[in-house]
Amino acid sequence: MTTTPAQAGWRFKQPSVIPGFGLTLGFSLVYLTLIILIPLAGLVWRSASLGWVDFWRIVTADRTLKALEISFGTALIAAAINVVFGTIVAWVLVRYKFPGRRVVDAMVDLPFALPTAVAGIALTTLYAPNGWLGSLLMPLGIKVAYTPLGIIVALVFVSLPFVVRTVEPIIEEIDKEVEEAAATLGASRFQTITRVLFPGLAPAIITGFALAFARGVGEYGSVIFIAGNLPKVTEIAPLLIVIRLEEFNYAAATAIAAVMLAISFAMLLVINLLQAWSRKRYG
Amino acid sequence: MADPEIKSYEPMHDNPSAAVTESRSARTVLMTVAFVFLGIFLLLPLIIVFKEAFAKGVGAYFASLNDHDTLSAIHLTLLVAVIAVPLNVVFGIAAAWAIAKFEFKGKAFLTTLIDLPFSVSPVISGLVYVLLFGAQAMLGPWLKSHGIEILFAVPGIVLATVFVTFPFVARELIPLMQEQGTGDEEAALSLGANGWQVFRYVTLPNIKWGLLYGVLLCNARAMGEFGAVSVVSGHIRGMTNTMPLHVEILYNEYNAVGAFAVASLLAGLALVTLILKTVLEMRYGAELAATRGH
Repeated sequence: MTTTPAQAGWRFKQPSVIPGFGLTLGFSLVYLTLIILIPLAGLVWRSASLGWVDFWRIVTADRTLKALEISFGTALIAAAINVVFGTIVAWVLVRYKFPGRRVVDAMVDLPFALPTAVAGIALTTLYAPNGWLGSLLMPLGIKVAYTPLGIIVALVFVSLPFVVRTVEPIIEEIDKEVEEAAATLGASRFQTITRVLFPGLAPAIITGFALAFARGVGEYGSVIFIAGNLPKVTEIAPLLIVIRLEEFNYAAATAIAAVMLAISFAMLLVINLLQAWSRKRYG
Repeated sequence: MADPEIKSYEPMHDNPSAAVTESRSARTVLMTVAFVFLGIFLLLPLIIVFKEAFAKGVGAYFASLNDHDTLSAIHLTLLVAVIAVPLNVVFGIAAAWAIAKFEFKGKAFLTTLIDLPFSVSPVISGLVYVLLFGAQAMLGPWLKSHGIEILFAVPGIVLATVFVTFPFVARELIPLMQEQGTGDEEAALSLGANGWQVFRYVTLPNIKWGLLYGVLLCNARAMGEFGAVSVVSGHIRGMTNTMPLHVEILYNEYNAVGAFAVASLLAGLALVTLILKTVLEMRYGAELAATRGH
């Protein structure tokens, strides 16, 4: 194999007859830098200029740690709830035929389309002690509104579509012959689902879980109405950032934001690795 | 190839037999669980918005909407969307063109960067602009001396909205244009079309439904954004209050009818978005296929 000098060198872009590369890439990069990268870099720079001692003191303050714990804990539980019910919903939507299937399928995207503040006041009204659901749960001794349970309810709502929408296309792609083969070989339906189908769905379920979790951790609008916002009990980390900002305590707001950002990016990386891994493994 | 034995199995795919579906009782249980879950978490919140909005009658509903502060909130929300959405449409088309039509180093990294705003908390999206433009921040003093208002004013709200809706159009168009390849454009070029003509008469007709789909989602988020806008707006009534922020103010003032009346407009917008989205998916499902499932 001989290579011409032009091919041998490092090349930023493959040759193409299509015009507009410089213009579109240039514009995209400038816009991306101005809107996203410079503001985010500003946040990183500000938190770095705090110095380790101050940064550590803010981040390990009791109230901060509790807020982070509440945000990550409730998001984890909400994502887990969505894994169970989201997978069932996806299965029902793909596999069963029933009237109005398309309407139900479209409804799943409601949390993407409904503003979070609207969801927040609607859920609070539903779960308040005199609300439709709150008054049913009250005699059972379950309080949802203004407790950590309320945060979980709000996060289940906002992250509901993620698991359904990541698992749905994978269920659609399952080759029925695999199930038929399993049945022919004597597997019960339960065995077919748990041993044959579930391993194929697992990467999509984990991706959906991670997306739902990431969304839940950062959620603000729907939670602040239903949470009650009691420090160290139902105060989420994004709310604590807002409170620090309103006190003009920019240092504390920045430090908490930097920690949340670092964890979110770590999760983004994990999600990307998971998707790359599942593409490699399951095509 | 046309083996009659195999053909006879075909109906199995439409007509579920015991082997490839669950027992009747299992199906009933699964469907009940799914419907109860969706009913409690999706349908009830939607119903309660309209129920509360009309709790004191149609007259009270329209009276609460016909309020000066409410009308100015509606006006501001529309204004912000009209600025923010086209900006992200131009960016989305440019980014998709560069990423989908060319091969270059660092493409995957660029795609990841475009998705970045999705993994940033809305509150942090607002905070970064406060740090950049705020009084005790980097550009604050300079802006003040030049009489430029960004924070607690419309430009700040637009910027925060652009940040949170940044990926929507681009991430619809990138997979779609990647799937369509460059064959059509190359043919048009060889027939003598210039770059703009190629885009206008070849690419744009190919991507119009995907573009509309992205605009729809981008717009819904732009009009409904709460956290990011809340941080940069300053909550000045009748001045820097968008509809979602106005919902919060009315709700905290125990004006339930007022809050839910404004909320019902936003819920109506969400329903229209979902209906249009479903129609697009039904009509142009094949064309949008590359962008489905997100």
